[in-house]
Amino acid sequence: MSAHNDAESIRKEVKIYITVFLGLAVLTVLTVGVSYFHMPVALAILVALVIATFKGSLVAAIFMHLRAERKLIYWVLVLTVIFFIVLMAIPSISQWDQRMIR
Amino acid sequence: MEIPYTTETRPDTGLYNAKLGVWLFLASEVMLFGSLFSSYILLRTGAPSWPHGRDLGLSVPLATINTMVLIGSSVTMVLAWASLKLKEFNKYRLYMGLTILAGFAFMGIKAYEYATKFEHHHFPKTNTFFAIYFTLTGLHGLHVLGGMIINGYFWGPGAKMWETDPERFTNRIEVAGLYWHFVDLVWIFLFPTLYLL
Repeated sequence: MSAHNDAESIRKEVKIYITVFLGLAVLTVLTVGVSYFHMPVALAILVALVIATFKGSLVAAIFMHLRAERKLIYWVLVLTVIFFIVLMAIPSISQWDQRMIR
Repeated sequence: MEIPYTTETRPDTGLYNAKLGVWLFLASEVMLFGSLFSSYILLRTGAPSWPHGRDLGLSVPLATINTMVLIGSSVTMVLAWASLKLKEFNKYRLYMGLTILAGFAFMGIKAYEYATKFEHHHFPKTNTFFAIYFTLTGLHGLHVLGGMIINGYFWGPGAKMWETDPERFTNRIEVAGLYWHFVDLVWIFLFPTLYLL
């Protein structure tokens, strides 16, 4: 990553890291706060997962440098995401032949 | 034999080898944790009722502190790498040391939480919730421990490489960081799943 190579851009990066840290801390407090609202389960899960996904994306994009990475890494991750979605979908197969309990 | 492409980028991938290697490893890690999350969904949707973690005595405040600790350690990890890029080795030592200390703090709090569970006779065999709770947090804890060992090596004896091959050492810290951030990322999902929902 050529953008990382001069001292000036690294110092800029460091400022971004600190900002992201503060953002992640705020989002953590938000997740905990929201969980005390006694929302319906489906909504609570949705809200928690949206916040977690946003936090995870920040970590991946900024700390793991994914916002400026080589194409090959993106392709590896696209494959990973596809297989991950399949994994998450597998439990629903168990409900094809039986009624949902809840 | 020299390991190829430790610092220079390989023409066909555009990457140094360790980075691609660690990303492929992380892809397999996504599958490992993914399959357990998938099991969690199956167990939860298949159960007639599912408890709130906090109703079973899981401590939300402790887990919140642990989340902050791990997020903080991710920042110090990336600052350790940035310090090497800026050729400030002493700062690297400081930030890497803080990252390792945060690892100890996380494991200490986790151990305390486990001890409290055991005191209340909550074991993996107790019920489905605790079975998946201990599996997921246990596997995650092992990953934290693994990261601490790697980071400890690069803080101590492994840091000698800074004298002989600084660029390669910097890359090692970058990929060790990729792993550490991944462990943080997993926790970001584990925390709400087990404690809050």
